[in-house]
Amino acid sequence: MTLPVISAVLAALLAPELNAAEIPLSDRKSGYEFMGAETRAMQDDDAANPAMLWVLDGENLWRRKQATAQKSCAECHGDAQTGMKGVAARYPAFDPARGRPVNLEERINICRSEQQKATPLPFESKELLALTAYIAAQSRGMPIESKSDEHLAPFLRAGREMFNLRQGQLNLSCSQCHDDNWGGKLAGAPIPQGHPNGYPLYRLEWQTLGSLQRRLRGCLVGMRAESYPLGASEYVNLELYLMWRARGMKIETPAVRP
Amino acid sequence: MARALVNVPANAKRGDIIEIKTLIQHEMESGFRVDNMGKVFPRDIITDFVCKYNGEEIFRAELFPAIAANPFFTFFTRATESGTIIFEWSGDNGFSATESRDITVE
Repeated sequence: MTLPVISAVLAALLAPELNAAEIPLSDRKSGYEFMGAETRAMQDDDAANPAMLWVLDGENLWRRKQATAQKSCAECHGDAQTGMKGVAARYPAFDPARGRPVNLEERINICRSEQQKATPLPFESKELLALTAYIAAQSRGMPIESKSDEHLAPFLRAGREMFNLRQGQLNLSCSQCHDDNWGGKLAGAPIPQGHPNGYPLYRLEWQTLGSLQRRLRGCLVGMRAESYPLGASEYVNLELYLMWRARGMKIETPAVRP
Repeated sequence: MARALVNVPANAKRGDIIEIKTLIQHEMESGFRVDNMGKVFPRDIITDFVCKYNGEEIFRAELFPAIAANPFFTFFTRATESGTIIFEWSGDNGFSATESRDITVE
């Protein structure tokens, strides 16, 4: 090995965090921009986007009276097109009663158990995905809000640390792929920047709609790291950081991804 | 019944070529997948799709296990007369779904 190579290797070993530069705001790109023309066309046309089937299911659930309280979402929140507009752009949000951030799925379940007196829907269940997709779709085209809530600061910091933490048997961090090597290829597929602006989304590989947490779990498994149970606070912190990282980008829910 | 999204223009000029799009919610379980105990998930797919324009069959498709979940069909036809376009899907385990759309041709 020549001397410059050795020093480059040493520098990489000694200062891994120096390589992890955050993407400048103007260089950020939605996963949409890394897709092929056919997949983009699928997302652009509501008649061809299979995620719309879940959105329509969600609309039904929004109006359906639930369990003992015999209350529907619509009775409190009214028309989702106005009442839920912009909500997905600001979640995960701080919940004072719990003293921690909750994501949109958790918020729906809190509403279900406290207001509707119904059993919470399991994570990744068809119903919870449908309701989340319907609510999030009301924010389509709106920019993701940047968090100014001081209560969220420690959770945002924890999420950022997790994003930069090397983990798993491959000893990789999220940032090594999605900050340092976006635009490159991993097993022939483009590496996107990892923005959360289209969830829940229809992934062709899944052949179904899935949540951001399902995607995060997939990434962790790929890194051969231990994944967390769905709904774990680690995921919510990471979601919070990803939303902050994507602040100002437009919500695409329900998106399609390869 | 399974949820379906069907897109047909409500109005057309006589002789126009119109595009029809259909999307239906179905898992299309291929019958080749196994669970973690090695037990096969039994095949459950849509096997046939038919479209009729005022009773006349204008499009038919047979579906097979390699077709992805939530099958999407798009095809073209000539707008000949006002009437109803009917869409029928059928498949394993007695699966059946029907949708219809009216079209006005001037």
